[in-house]
Amino acid sequence: MSMAGPLIAFRKAGKTFHVDGRTVEAVRDIDLDVARGEFVALVGPSGCGKSTLLNMVAGLFQPSAGSITYAGTEVVRVNLKTGYMTQNDHLLPWRDVVGNIQVPLEIQGMPATQMRKRVASLIELVGLTGFEKSYPAQLSGGMRKRTALARLLAYDPETLLLDEPFAALDAQLRLNMQIELLDLSRRLNKSVLFVTHDLDEAAALCDRCVVFSPRPGTIRKIITSPLPRDRNLIRLRHDPAYQALAAELWDLITPTLALTRGEAG
Amino acid sequence: MRKAGQSLRLNLMRCALLVAILLTWEMASGVVVAEFFVSKPSAIGRALGSWLAGGNLFFHIGITALEAFTGFFLGASIGVVVGVVLGRIHILADLLHPFIIAFYSLPKIALAPLFILWIGIGIGMKITLTATVVFFLVFLNTYTGVRNVSRELESIMYLMGASERHVLTKVVLPSAITWVFAGLRISVPYALIGAIVGELIASNRGLGFLLANASGQFDTAGVFAALIVIMMLSFLLNALVRAAEIRLMPWKSAESQREVTI
Ligand SMILES: Nc1ncnc2c1ncn2[C@@H]1O[C@H](COP(=O)(O)OP(=O)(O)OP(=O)(O)O)[C@@H](O)[C@H]1O
Ligand SMILES: [Mg+2]
Repeated sequence: MSMAGPLIAFRKAGKTFHVDGRTVEAVRDIDLDVARGEFVALVGPSGCGKSTLLNMVAGLFQPSAGSITYAGTEVVRVNLKTGYMTQNDHLLPWRDVVGNIQVPLEIQGMPATQMRKRVASLIELVGLTGFEKSYPAQLSGGMRKRTALARLLAYDPETLLLDEPFAALDAQLRLNMQIELLDLSRRLNKSVLFVTHDLDEAAALCDRCVVFSPRPGTIRKIITSPLPRDRNLIRLRHDPAYQALAAELWDLITPTLALTRGEAG
Repeated sequence: MRKAGQSLRLNLMRCALLVAILLTWEMASGVVVAEFFVSKPSAIGRALGSWLAGGNLFFHIGITALEAFTGFFLGASIGVVVGVVLGRIHILADLLHPFIIAFYSLPKIALAPLFILWIGIGIGMKITLTATVVFFLVFLNTYTGVRNVSRELESIMYLMGASERHVLTKVVLPSAITWVFAGLRISVPYALIGAIVGELIASNRGLGFLLANASGQFDTAGVFAALIVIMMLSFLLNALVRAAEIRLMPWKSAESQREVTI
């Protein structure tokens, strides 16, 4: 494996959907390199194709223009190096929390006792203690998200594709999860593609932040974070460098806000 | 969940209703309608009693139960397997589609004479007839269920490195099982249709035979008695399916206990 090149490389990548004779161009001309161990945040207006990009990195479908390579090879089928936490949680309704989290471990063929221990520690990590036996239908939206996150962390993929993973969490839990995620990605040198609508969150976590234009999504700007790789998320609020980065993101997004609002109305 | 007191009251009311129906029947019989046509509960009770005393009621029940249950089990098992296979292998399903539809539109009971030619008039014929009827219902439901499996869930599984076998056991089967059980539940009365009709056509044993025999002797009470036993058999099979359903789909009962929130 070539360590020198980027781990994920988008080359003029674009995707157009054809539905019922209608064509929707979701993203266009995406050029982006993601290095191993890098935390990249993707922000942009709703419908600009962020989820579409993650889908293509996961290999669920191919770009209709350009190419996407992972570790030097073009992604043409399901990309097993990536773990994908989708925007909708997609839990198995017939399995309880424990059952859902251990799906990937069962697939790997992990022995039962080891599996139980791993699942128990993950449940504690995402704060679902006491709900082990609950089915997804009995959980709140945030709890379902946390179950999906635990399931993703259970199988420890090389690259994490996270689509608004913390959107349904309260402030405290969210900070907690952010700290855990950042720590984990740093410790294990995992690459993360992180989609969020929360600009403060993007600024706090990212090494680089990619800002997209409205649909068809193109890259408007790539901002490199001035923050150090090991940062203290709790103290961050008072860090002027962080404040400046967040402000820059806000300034970039607000002009397009007028556009999307006009489109919606 | 319904409260215990509430369900007790409901059951009491049901009993009262049953008693009222039986009483009305008993009194109306011979007054409003000739007893020859509708018999009456006391006569039916006596007919049942004499069959019980004669000792061969259980023999007949056993025969019919054997036919219906074996046929049901065979037809359902094959139906599930074929449903899953065709549900997963699209090319095969497309290839066989017109043939399946052609067979499906055939009233399966009409196959009885053919089965008699092939395997005679013994128990095997009734089992085959029942299995054929049940097979189609379960097969079509299973097939629909397998085709309705969420593609997103499948993709998520493949992303986790799942093999086809994993997807089958962890997603396809649990997801289709709701449909399978819908098929099983509607199949219960049909299983009995298969067995009883088989017996009506050619037999000297079983509840169908009892029914035909009583009718041949213009013994209305006997006919009703046989019908009641058939009904109870169907009830039993239904209860078995229900019990399996609760055991195999614990998440469903969790869902039904859940308060509605949106
Ligand atoms: N499977 C699909 N079939 C057809 N069109 C699709 C499909 N998936 C996405 N699209 C279209 O592509 C565009 C981009 O969708 P996408 O989900 O990638 O947006 P997004 O940036 O993730 O938005 P959000 O922030 O709201 O999640 C949308 O206009 C959407 O309608
Ligand atoms: Mg999205």
